[in-house]
Amino acid sequence: MIEARGLTKRYGPVLAVDRLSFEVHPGAVTGFLGANGSGKSTTMRMALDLDRPDAGQVRIGGRRYRDLRWPLREVGALLEAKAFHPGRSGRAHLAALAASNGIGRRRVAEVLDLVGLAGAAGRRAGGYSLGMAQRLGIAAALLGDPGVLLLDEPVNGLDPEGIRWIRTLLKSLAAQGRVVFVSSHLISEMALMADRLVVIGGGRLIAQASVADLSARSASLEEAFLELTSTGRTS
Amino acid sequence: MTSPTVPALPAGHYRFRNVAAMEWRKLRSRRSTRWTLLATVLGSIGLGVAVLGSYSPGHFTRMTAEQRAAFDPTNMGFSGTAIAMLALPILGVLAMTGEYSSGMIRATLAAVPDRRLVLAAKAAVFGAAGLAVGELVVFANFLAGEAVLTDAAPHASLSQPAVLRAVLLTGGYLGVLGLLGLGFGAIIRHTAGAITAVVGGLFVLPMIILIAGGASTLDSVGKYAPMFINENSVGAVKPVAHALSAWAGIGMICLYAAVACGLGGWLLHRRDA
Repeated sequence: MIEARGLTKRYGPVLAVDRLSFEVHPGAVTGFLGANGSGKSTTMRMALDLDRPDAGQVRIGGRRYRDLRWPLREVGALLEAKAFHPGRSGRAHLAALAASNGIGRRRVAEVLDLVGLAGAAGRRAGGYSLGMAQRLGIAAALLGDPGVLLLDEPVNGLDPEGIRWIRTLLKSLAAQGRVVFVSSHLISEMALMADRLVVIGGGRLIAQASVADLSARSASLEEAFLELTSTGRTS
Repeated sequence: MTSPTVPALPAGHYRFRNVAAMEWRKLRSRRSTRWTLLATVLGSIGLGVAVLGSYSPGHFTRMTAEQRAAFDPTNMGFSGTAIAMLALPILGVLAMTGEYSSGMIRATLAAVPDRRLVLAAKAAVFGAAGLAVGELVVFANFLAGEAVLTDAAPHASLSQPAVLRAVLLTGGYLGVLGLLGLGFGAIIRHTAGAITAVVGGLFVLPMIILIAGGASTLDSVGKYAPMFINENSVGAVKPVAHALSAWAGIGMICLYAAVACGLGGWLLHRRDA
């Protein structure tokens, strides 16, 4: 389980995340929905201990990220496309990350196959298209076969076939009992992919509910989202 | 986590050797690094050979006994290492700033949240590689230089303890310069800024001090400057007046690198990535 409590982050005068609390449970795909600049990525970075919260904390399976014993085997994260050195091949990038958590070379080949990059694995990652870069990021997230997945905007840059592929993949990972937390600003995609939603606006929690419950409030999930973000906090 | 399809976690936790293995793979798999190192080794040897090979026999036959005694073929042969003196700190900077410019740093720190361990592993791996390259450059330079130096000149041999010391310590000095660059990279995080700072600090600042303060500053402040430590302490076979001893010189350089890496590690730990 992922548990955020009173999470707050300020960048100079900007309050990016404001006393945010939510929970993400295993066995379901939980969407993290909010407009651009609503604090989704900042929250994800704080969950991974990349950014230090000004107040509050995130616990994953009851522990802070920095206390994980084998981070990649416990939490797989996709934060931004192209979080790799352009001069390195996709395979070398994954092999380096794998080595840090004692993950074998066989698993590198497996995830490359899984994301459909086996044919391009020996090429400089700098020459990858955005979709390929995104697949490499997803491969890195899956490298340690983790029980928790944190993916920031994973469908960015993917073609329709790729979007369907990631949707199916994430649903099957959740069905295996994993925690799957996926941010997006695309309501239609969240409606198709997620079982539950954490909705934020202006860094604050707006709603935390199942997709079915939220959709039932209005004509559609989109209507419900727009009403929520204009009226402010409920739930 | 609740279902048997999610694999169980192995015992223990990630260790220094895991992180060092990652850093070694990173270093090895960057093509630009390999080419730069190869160019550094070949360029250094070429320059050293060109300098020592340019002496004509007449240059030495015309020398007075005093001039012959002062001629230090080992130190002269190190001219070629100037290229490595520039390349190694820059590669050290890039080993760190390359992670920031590409976004790789986030992947690295998500894999290994203990940031000081990341920098320690980077320093160990890059330091070892830099030391190996430094020694290779200096030994190759020395041997090639001796081979092309005219027979009329005084020659040096590795069997002379002071010569062997100068060769070994100069190689070590080059390796430590790489770590100095790594520390600057961790502090400044931007490639251009960090290269400017490290090259400026190594080569430009001492010249400014020397020009502004006159030759006497060489004896007071200048002897602590890395480029004069290389020239007059670490790489000198014959003691130079007012300069640090060879061992004090290499100690000084190690201290600079340790301060830079220590400050870099502290900032890496404190700042948002």
